Amino acid sequence: MSQTVLKEHASSPAAPDTPPAHGSEFLYYGLRNKKLVFGLGLELLLILFAVIGPIISPHNTTDFFKLGAPPSAQNWLGTDSLGHDVFAQLADGIRESYLVGALGAISAAVVGMVLGFTAGWRGGIIDEVVQLFTNILVMIPALVLLVVIGSYLNTRGILFEGVFIGLTTWPWVARAVRAQTFSLRSREFVDLAKLSGKRATSIIVRDIAPNMASYLFLVIILLFGSSMLLAASYDFLGLGPTSMASLGVMMQNANLNSALFYHMWWWVVPPGLVLTAMVAALLVANVGLDEVFNPKLREQ
Amino acid sequence: MSVTVANLSVAYRSHRGDVTAVDGVSLTIADGEIMGLAGESGCGKSTLGNALIYLDPRMKVTEGKVALDGRDLPIADSKAMRPLRMTEVSLVPQYALNALTPTRKIRRLVTDLLKSHGVQDRDEVLTEMKRRIALIGLTDDVLGKYSFELSGGMRQRVTILMSTLLNPSLLIADEVTSALDVSTQRAVGEMLLEFRDRGYVKSVIAITHDLSILAQIADSIAIMYAGRLAEKASTETIVNKALHPYTQALIASLPEVGVRHDQTTLTGIPGRPPSLVNPPAGCRFRDRCPFAVAKCAETPPFEEISPGHQVACWKVTKEASK
Amino acid sequence: MRRFLIRKLITYVLAFIAGVTIDWGIPHLMPGDPVQTYLSTFRLQPAGYAALYKTMSQAFGTNMSGWDQYLHYWKGILTWDLGVSYTSFPTPVSTLIAQALPYTLALLVPAIVLSYTLGNRLGAAAARRKALDNTVLPLGYIFQAMPYAWVALIVPYLLGVVWHVFPLSGGYDHSLLPSWTWTFIWSLITHWFLPFLTVFIVSLGGWAIGMRNLVIYELENDASRYLRALGARERVIRRYAYRNASLPQLSGLALQLGVVVGGNIVTETAFQYPGLGHLLFTAIANKDYFLLQGIFIFIIIGVLLANFIIDLVFITVDPRTRLSMQGAQA
Repeated sequence: MSQTVLKEHASSPAAPDTPPAHGSEFLYYGLRNKKLVFGLGLELLLILFAVIGPIISPHNTTDFFKLGAPPSAQNWLGTDSLGHDVFAQLADGIRESYLVGALGAISAAVVGMVLGFTAGWRGGIIDEVVQLFTNILVMIPALVLLVVIGSYLNTRGILFEGVFIGLTTWPWVARAVRAQTFSLRSREFVDLAKLSGKRATSIIVRDIAPNMASYLFLVIILLFGSSMLLAASYDFLGLGPTSMASLGVMMQNANLNSALFYHMWWWVVPPGLVLTAMVAALLVANVGLDEVFNPKLREQ
Repeated sequence: MSVTVANLSVAYRSHRGDVTAVDGVSLTIADGEIMGLAGESGCGKSTLGNALIYLDPRMKVTEGKVALDGRDLPIADSKAMRPLRMTEVSLVPQYALNALTPTRKIRRLVTDLLKSHGVQDRDEVLTEMKRRIALIGLTDDVLGKYSFELSGGMRQRVTILMSTLLNPSLLIADEVTSALDVSTQRAVGEMLLEFRDRGYVKSVIAITHDLSILAQIADSIAIMYAGRLAEKASTETIVNKALHPYTQALIASLPEVGVRHDQTTLTGIPGRPPSLVNPPAGCRFRDRCPFAVAKCAETPPFEEISPGHQVACWKVTKEASK
Repeated sequence: MRRFLIRKLITYVLAFIAGVTIDWGIPHLMPGDPVQTYLSTFRLQPAGYAALYKTMSQAFGTNMSGWDQYLHYWKGILTWDLGVSYTSFPTPVSTLIAQALPYTLALLVPAIVLSYTLGNRLGAAAARRKALDNTVLPLGYIFQAMPYAWVALIVPYLLGVVWHVFPLSGGYDHSLLPSWTWTFIWSLITHWFLPFLTVFIVSLGGWAIGMRNLVIYELENDASRYLRALGARERVIRRYAYRNASLPQLSGLALQLGVVVGGNIVTETAFQYPGLGHLLFTAIANKDYFLLQGIFIFIIIGVLLANFIIDLVFITVDPRTRLSMQGAQA
């Protein structure tokens, strides 16, 4: 899973010594980086589909058609065993996945940044405590934690699921932010800021954050991808929102209704394929972005 | 002649075009000579030195030849160079403090290198290494240690030991003293001298930007500027009787021990070296030279002004011919 | 510095305490009475409800104070008394876990070990050969991005439905009775293969990519450059690079365990493979809270143990950590 890549970033220490690419230099290298262009392009296409898909879909998810019909002119991706149009479900499902992914990434980012900055800036006992907390949470399997807590709760909704996922994955962000804050706070420009009497929060926001922005961005993109995958697993296990179609729910229903046994590949293949594309595009774009940000990584 | 470099040019490709880092350099080094190679950052000295042993894959030799002990040194052919590395030509790299892999003990590192070179009697070589370790004042439990267990100065010296273990004809020492404190610098300098005197190495090229260490250990000094040689002469000549305006400016800008600078100001050399992507025609020091004339638009030849003293400067050539 | 080991131990102990606390705390912190929630799954007459409520409260211990309940729960954990499962009444939770465990281990251990070792070799090979790299890299990213659930559906589709090679679900053929016969064992194996393949495929990509990046980094760092400058054979340099790269990759294994466990749950659910994951799924579906809590704490223990083992291996393999533990001096 994308967490392997996250792990690498988490274990590599400080902010780059060479300043990250800015402005026009970024654009120059960015447009020439095949991975970034491909990944970003594919991702944007999928996001576009998420936006217009439900609009262009000729049917709603609640419309009934012939049960278990293969793809046809009427139902572009066929129907499932309950007679619902698969394409409509897919369009809705992609939207839902993006929303949950974004929510997860944002919540993880917020919590992770707050804790990471505090730990890195203050150091000492606060740092030790946050680190302890982070190390413990990292060891506990995210899905297991989600499942155990989620099965007791009665609320099922995208907002809840997204924030929830974020609350189990923030340690990755916190680690990265903490490492960066540590390495940056002893740099000269921070000393200068302190000498000129700026407050801590101001220094963090104005001086430190922009320097780690690129790195942070990379971590959050990865988190976006892993949130989407976690949500799909969570939904697949039956804990997801019951009212909406989501990619995970689609796969769950396909599984429960023995779709494969009945050769209904049009029900099974699209949701997972699209999700794979969504996450893979993110991963590839992420690598490309990393190369653009860090000149040292660029292959000549 | 131990080492002969004939009209060597090395270039690499960057996203802005081809950069000729070393441009038509010719020099000779005698057996047993320690030649210092000095100049500003980016002048090409490191490229030159390193090209003689391991040409970075991104670089290519565009012209010239190198000969070692009368035989051609195939620096452009990495495969042919491999058996010659460490045995004939060796390197103490700029990054020597990180050069020793952290997951293997020193002894293992040495034996693996010896195996790569097909050395059969490895135990004998190790015994010799222990002798040399004692020579430089370390204890031979160093062999059983990992690199991170040693201090910076120790690591530098162990690296020099390893690089010279097979008694190469030419040792390239790239910034060997730059990362060290003054007393360790002295120890390393003495180590190089001792090794040369005992014949562990024949010739040495000591690359540095620090002229003062060269004044202590080098027999001759070659000054490089913007990819070309500016001057080469014995240490004594360079320090006291330098002729090239650049060398003179360099020597003049060195702070002297015991001199207070509230009376005089430290002089530097105003300006910056030219970009090597599109170098200017003629003498490259022209823009910063206080003696530049119209003739300097033509490239001055690097020629011998007096025995053992070569300079590339029109002013010097003109004065010498008078 | 013994600090390293002590720190690690403290983290493990605290993680365990946290796990137990979460396990105990969640149902009790949820709005509503846990006994009420439990009983709501039944359809009871008021008289029966009252009687059951009284008994259950005593059984759950909800008539004790919060702190007492917590301690009581700890006692249960430490004596490995995890209560009784409601869905498989009166089988104790610990028995159910013990029954499901071998299936999960049979799945996880080979899948992790094989995907790790193969992925590492693949990644290291890709780091050396550009041609191989151009295939491994995109494939690796794709595999990494595939949801476990999807692979768990596609793989049996290809190998079980399209080509009738493997069975689609279950731990063994349900027409057979467990026995030490070749037929039964063969049935176990064929039912094991597809879930194993699923977990293997998804994990493989991540390892390959990770190792590839690490080896590339190692092959270009100062230590490798020095060896090359001194004329070491490329084979030796590669060996050194691989060895150095294996260390961060090993610590990565510890971090990845959580993901693989999660994937395992999904896979077992999809295949109805009778391991811990499937057991967890049925516990959720049937609101069998005792079973759920038991499995949770068991998984926590397992993961912590695995982390600890990896830490020990790391110490033996990495000279830096090992020597800092013995307090060696420069």
